[in-house]
Amino acid sequence: MIKVQNLHKHFGGFHAVDGATLEIQQGSITGLIGPNGAGKTTLFNVIAGVHAPTSGKVMLQDQDITGLPPHELFHRGVLRTFQIAHEFGSMTCRENLMMVPAGQSGETLWNTWFGRKRIADEERALRAKADEVLEFLTISHLADHKAGQVSGGQKKLLELGRTMMVDAKIVFLDEVGAGVNRTLLNTIGDAILRLNKERGYTFVVIEHDMDFIGRICDPVICMAEGKVLAQGTLAEIKANEQVIEAYLGTGLKNKQKENAE
Amino acid sequence: MMDILNALVVLANFVMIPAVAYGSQLALGALGVTLVYGVLRFSNFAHGDTMAFGTMVVILVTWWFQSMGISFGPLPTALLALPFGIAATAVLVIGSDRMVYRFYRQTKSEPVVFLIVSLGVMFVLNGLVRFIIGPNDQSFSDGERFIIKVGDFKKMTGLDEGLAIKTTQGITVVTAIVVVAALFWFLNKTRTGKSMRAFSDNEDLALLSGINPERVVFYTWLIVAALATIAGTLYGLDKSFKPFVYFQLLLPIFAAAIVGGLGNPLGAIAGGFVIAFSEVTITYAWKKVITYVVPETWAPDGLVQLLSTEYKFAVSFMILVIVLLIKPTGLFKGKSL
Repeated sequence: MIKVQNLHKHFGGFHAVDGATLEIQQGSITGLIGPNGAGKTTLFNVIAGVHAPTSGKVMLQDQDITGLPPHELFHRGVLRTFQIAHEFGSMTCRENLMMVPAGQSGETLWNTWFGRKRIADEERALRAKADEVLEFLTISHLADHKAGQVSGGQKKLLELGRTMMVDAKIVFLDEVGAGVNRTLLNTIGDAILRLNKERGYTFVVIEHDMDFIGRICDPVICMAEGKVLAQGTLAEIKANEQVIEAYLGTGLKNKQKENAE
Repeated sequence: MMDILNALVVLANFVMIPAVAYGSQLALGALGVTLVYGVLRFSNFAHGDTMAFGTMVVILVTWWFQSMGISFGPLPTALLALPFGIAATAVLVIGSDRMVYRFYRQTKSEPVVFLIVSLGVMFVLNGLVRFIIGPNDQSFSDGERFIIKVGDFKKMTGLDEGLAIKTTQGITVVTAIVVVAALFWFLNKTRTGKSMRAFSDNEDLALLSGINPERVVFYTWLIVAALATIAGTLYGLDKSFKPFVYFQLLLPIFAAAIVGGLGNPLGAIAGGFVIAFSEVTITYAWKKVITYVVPETWAPDGLVQLLSTEYKFAVSFMILVIVLLIKPTGLFKGKSL
C-alpha cells in the first residue's frame, strides 16, 4: 500500500533517515521498532508531509505522494498521531473530535451566514459520531472536559479517536503506548485490532513495548541508523543477530542461549 | 451632596466617557494584532498603517458620497463608506500576504523574520497613504455632533457641571460591542472560526486534521482587515485622521495586546481598556474633581496632573514593562513571547 523507496532525510550533516526502503501491505498492522534515534519518527514525519525528504520517493497505491503537505495527505486518507499527544487544549474532547473531518460546509463564508440549517444538520451527525467514538474508546465521561486537562493516556486515546472520525486508509501511530498504563494499553490495542478488522485500516505502529508489538503487529520492521535493518515476524526479528546487536541487546541473546542450553 | 454629583459628572465627562471610547478603539486594534499573532505567529507592525489605509479609503468614499449629496441622516456618512474601506483593505492585506508573507511562510521562516518583513510592509503602507491623501489632518465627521449636549444636560439636571456625549463616542462603543460579539460568535460557533482557533492552538495537529492552512490564513486576514478599518475609522471620527498618529497608535495597541496576553482575543479587549483608562487617568488634570470633593480650604493650587499629555505614550510603555516583569504571558493567559 505504501512504498518507501530509498528515502533520505538529512538535517544539515545529520542523516536521520539514510536510504530507507520498505513496503507496507494493505490491511496489515506493521510494527516499526528500533533504538532511539534510529529515524523512526523522522520517517513518519517525511511520509506524513511534515518534512520534505532530501531524496527518495513515497508512493501510496502507485501514486507519488512525496512531499505533499499534511492536509493534502489527510484528504487521501493518510493519518498520523504524535509521540507526545497533541490536542486542542482549549476545546472539549468532543470538539476536538468534531474538528477532524475536513470540508465541512461551515467552512465557507457563505454557509456561515446563509447555510445555517445545513451546518446544524451536519454538526448533529458529527456530534453523534464523536460520541460514538468516545464510547468506543471508553472515555464518554470526558466528552465535555477540556482536552488540555485530561490525562496523558486519555490524550493518546483521543489521538486514536481522531483517526476514527474519518475513513482513513492508513494510520501512523507514533508510540501510542508511551506513558500509558497496562489496562489502557490493552484498550488501545483492542481498538487498533478492531479498527483493522472492522474498518480495514492499515496501521504502522512505532512502539518499544515488545509484548504490545507481539500482540498486534505482523510484520515487524526494525530500523537502525536511518536504515531498515530487518523485516519479518516478531519471532524472526527477535532471532536476527543484527537486530539483537543494535536494539534488543545482548542480554536477550544470552538469555536465549541459556534457554537453548 | 451636590458637590459629589458635580464631581462625578466632571469625572464622567473628562475621564470615563473618553476612556471608554478610546478603550474600544484600542481593543478593536489590539484584536487585529492578537489574531495575526495567534494564527500567523508574528507581531504585525504594519497594523497601525493598515488602519490608516482602511480609514483613508473610508474618507475618500465619504467625500465622494458627500459630493453626491448622500448622507446617513444624523449618523456620520463614514459608516456608509465603511464596507468599501473594509473591502479595499481586505484586498490590500490579502494581496500583501500573497506577495510577501506567503513566501516566508512557505520557507518556514522564524517569527522574527516575519516581524521585520511586516516592518517593511509598514513603511510601504506609510508611504502609500501619505502619497494618496497627504500627511495632513483630515476631518470627515459629519451628521449630528452630540447625543447629549453640555447645555441640555445642565438644564435637565440642574447641576453646575455639564456632561457631553459625542455621537462618535456613542457610535464607537456600540460598534465595538457589535463587532466583538460577532467576532466571538464567529470564533466559537462557526467551523471556520474553530479552525482558526485550532490552528492557533496547535498548528501541527491542525494540519494533520486536514485543516487547510491557506484558507485559515485567508479568513484571518479578512477579519483583520475588517477590524483594522473599523478601529481606524472610529478613531478618526472621534479624534481626526492623520497618518502619523495612526503609526503612533501602534504602541498603545501592542501594549494592549501584550498586556491582555498575545493571541488571546478576550485579553486584547481587556488590555485595550486597561491602557486607555491608565492613559486618560494619568494625564488628566484632577484639580476640578478634587476641588468638588474636598473641603474648600484643601483645594489644590496646581493642576494635579500626574503626567502631561505629551507623555501619554510613556504610560503604555510603563504598563507594558510592568506587566512583562510580573506576568509575561499577560493578564489573560496568552502565548509567552
